[in-house]
Amino acid sequence: MLKFRINDIDVEAEPGWTVLETAREYGIEIPTLCFHEAVQASGACRLCMVELREGDWTKLVASCVYPAKDGLNVYTESERITNVRRWIFEMLLSECPASQEIRDMAAKYGVTSTRFAIKDPEQDCIMCGLCTRVCAEVVGVHAIATQSRGVYKRIGSPFMKPNEACVACGSCVSVCPTGAMARRIDLVRGKMEENQTNAA
Amino acid sequence: MGIANLAEKIDAKRLESSDDLVQLRREIQMRQDPNQVQIVVCHGTGCLVSGSPAVTRAFKKVLGETDIEAKVMPGVKTTGCQGFCSRGPLVTIMPQGIFYERVSPKDVEDIVEQTVKNGKPVERLLYKDVNTGEPLQTMDEIPFYNLQTRNVLKNIGTIDPTDIYDYIAVGGYQALAKALTTMTPEQVLEEVEKSGIRGRGGAGFPAGRKWRGAVQAKERKNQPLYVVVNGDEGDPGAFMDGSVMEGDPHAVLEGLILGAYAMGSEKGYMYVRAEYPLAIQHLEMAMAAARELGLLGDNILNTGFCFDAQINRGAGAFVCGESTALFTSIEGKAGEPRPKYVRSVEEGLWGCPTVLNNVETWANIPKIIDKGAEWYASIGSPNNTGTKVFSLVGKVNNVGLVEVPLGTSLSTIIEDIGGGIPGGGEFKAVQTGGPSGGCIPYKHKDAPVDYDSLTKLGSMMGSGGMIVMDKRDCVVDVARYFLKFLEEESCGKCNPCRLGLTRMREILDDFSKGCGSEQDIEDLMSLATSIQDGALCALGTSAPNPVLTTLHFFKDEYLAHIKDQKCPAGVCKDLITYSIDPDACTGCGACAKQCPNNAITGEKKEPHTIDTDACIRCGICEETCKFNAVLVS
Repeated sequence: MLKFRINDIDVEAEPGWTVLETAREYGIEIPTLCFHEAVQASGACRLCMVELREGDWTKLVASCVYPAKDGLNVYTESERITNVRRWIFEMLLSECPASQEIRDMAAKYGVTSTRFAIKDPEQDCIMCGLCTRVCAEVVGVHAIATQSRGVYKRIGSPFMKPNEACVACGSCVSVCPTGAMARRIDLVRGKMEENQTNAA
Repeated sequence: MGIANLAEKIDAKRLESSDDLVQLRREIQMRQDPNQVQIVVCHGTGCLVSGSPAVTRAFKKVLGETDIEAKVMPGVKTTGCQGFCSRGPLVTIMPQGIFYERVSPKDVEDIVEQTVKNGKPVERLLYKDVNTGEPLQTMDEIPFYNLQTRNVLKNIGTIDPTDIYDYIAVGGYQALAKALTTMTPEQVLEEVEKSGIRGRGGAGFPAGRKWRGAVQAKERKNQPLYVVVNGDEGDPGAFMDGSVMEGDPHAVLEGLILGAYAMGSEKGYMYVRAEYPLAIQHLEMAMAAARELGLLGDNILNTGFCFDAQINRGAGAFVCGESTALFTSIEGKAGEPRPKYVRSVEEGLWGCPTVLNNVETWANIPKIIDKGAEWYASIGSPNNTGTKVFSLVGKVNNVGLVEVPLGTSLSTIIEDIGGGIPGGGEFKAVQTGGPSGGCIPYKHKDAPVDYDSLTKLGSMMGSGGMIVMDKRDCVVDVARYFLKFLEEESCGKCNPCRLGLTRMREILDDFSKGCGSEQDIEDLMSLATSIQDGALCALGTSAPNPVLTTLHFFKDEYLAHIKDQKCPAGVCKDLITYSIDPDACTGCGACAKQCPNNAITGEKKEPHTIDTDACIRCGICEETCKFNAVLVS
């Protein structure tokens, strides 16, 4: 067993566990959006940042991918962490204003408004990529993927057309943290009535 | 001239021992007459675009038509970048080493007539000293060159990069033969450790320590170890690594083979950006030639050591210069970084121990093994040993590639070697380390350029870009430019970088229009800090550096934008007006002719005026005016 401290509490972890897994084992709350037990952690949403301290030295790391180690001294709340989370929430509020889940979660961390302009009031996808990872890693079909790069990044099927690789299992819908995939599944598998017409 | 051509002259056969290599070198040297006249034409990128291929063709044509005796018939050799890019096309006449700048095809006849036949310089083509105006004949006399310590750049511009024999003639593969026949892998590794060389790609991690870590991981995990060259140089204004790969590809390859020997690797990758087709071509030729001679592949120099390498082309993503994104890209996936809390020396390419070093780092290795760690460590300053190549660009007289010992001051590089800024005076600031680096103001001109000092100033060494700015460069505009670049290049995996860089840029956009408050500056700094703390990879964590350093050193300029609605440098279009100084204007009408919006009117030989409402502030009139009569305020 690995022994270290989270928020000044002694904790123990199995080798191979991450800091996040250990914290959850002890009921210590760390917010996440892109993490799901079913798939490999990707460290993308950055809400799970925690602070490592050793004397004067401190460093922020993503707890969902940071391996548990003997002697770590982890803090899950600090000024630096709050600053990172606050800005991510403020940006997500303007980026995907249609998501009630994001509004609720942001409010929980004290962010209720954003200084940034809203681009698309209908947007609810936060681009965490959970849907694409579950499709690739668990279902194993790669029916959807992220497309383009950076600010232009989108989730979709190849050429944004319904494709036959999709087995309509709904895994992407069930892992989506904001429910955004529910509105998009027809874009991947095709509309049910059209499928039936095609089959006929 | 490639290997096929040379194979006719020298019997190219597989080298079976280090003695074979020595023998081959002697044979090549014997065929090279030191008194033979040689016309060396720079075919680096800068000279290529300024017309060196036409110069080369002109030489071949003129020489073909002259009645020179066969024994003085000069060879025409094309080389990689000679470094003095602002003066191209460059031509050097050997053996005297007479150095000509800005040579055009019509100068060729004079050069052949006067220099080649009679050994006399053509004065009008010589470099003139900036201060005295005195013509200088050879490279050694020119401050741009003689203040440098050219170590990695030594061969570049003197050898033909497509010809392995040219490399062998100047001692190429000598270090490899020495290592394979007289040193154990452990000794090679120790030598690199003792040299103190730090990675030339940016962060400056000691290469020896990285290698050691990888060897230990390899033994512990019992997995293959990969060696990788990072040739994905993408910083705006940086062309060091491209020039090294194009101009001395064998040095990179030899360094990689030495590293493979030291660490027991059998497979190497060279990740080169697709925008460097010439570098890829030269590296491919180098590998083919080395394989043919038994210097790469199975049983190298008959020592039983096997190692081969391959080139992987990037697909145009800046982020693939980041180590984990580079590995992901080589693995055939979309080039996105992954968290690296486990170091790549443990889990790199395909999850195996991997040593990724920059082009320049690898190119240094043969020199270290050949001349010894002590020699290398004697250059530079303690903990910052060796030389570093910089690409000196922007508002500086001598634009080009500069190699100096680490610890050389900024002013030596910019003012002495670079010849200062056009028009004289103080430079305003210098951006080191590319878009991830920072802006260092003139007051720190005496700061030594090394990893630790630059980091202390909030900037970084990066791979060695150096962009010089003068008083006509606006720091808000510069910060916006770099942010825009990184915003376009962000892979979009993590939130702080994907969303944050756009939001930072939007705040700067407002500033450049004169909108914003001091609270916005506070917010900008707070957001920047959150990105530094929160982003997944080094692209994101270092992206706020240009904003933070300019805010630190030039806050007044930011305040001038948002409080006084003024851009002191006269750059931000929404905050400037163009006018014509009636006393200086001669009424030549040149500006009016160029103005794309017909905003300038006036009688011939009478002072002209600019209609501010019609003016689109493109600045063409200012560039056109020969009398400095166009004013910006």
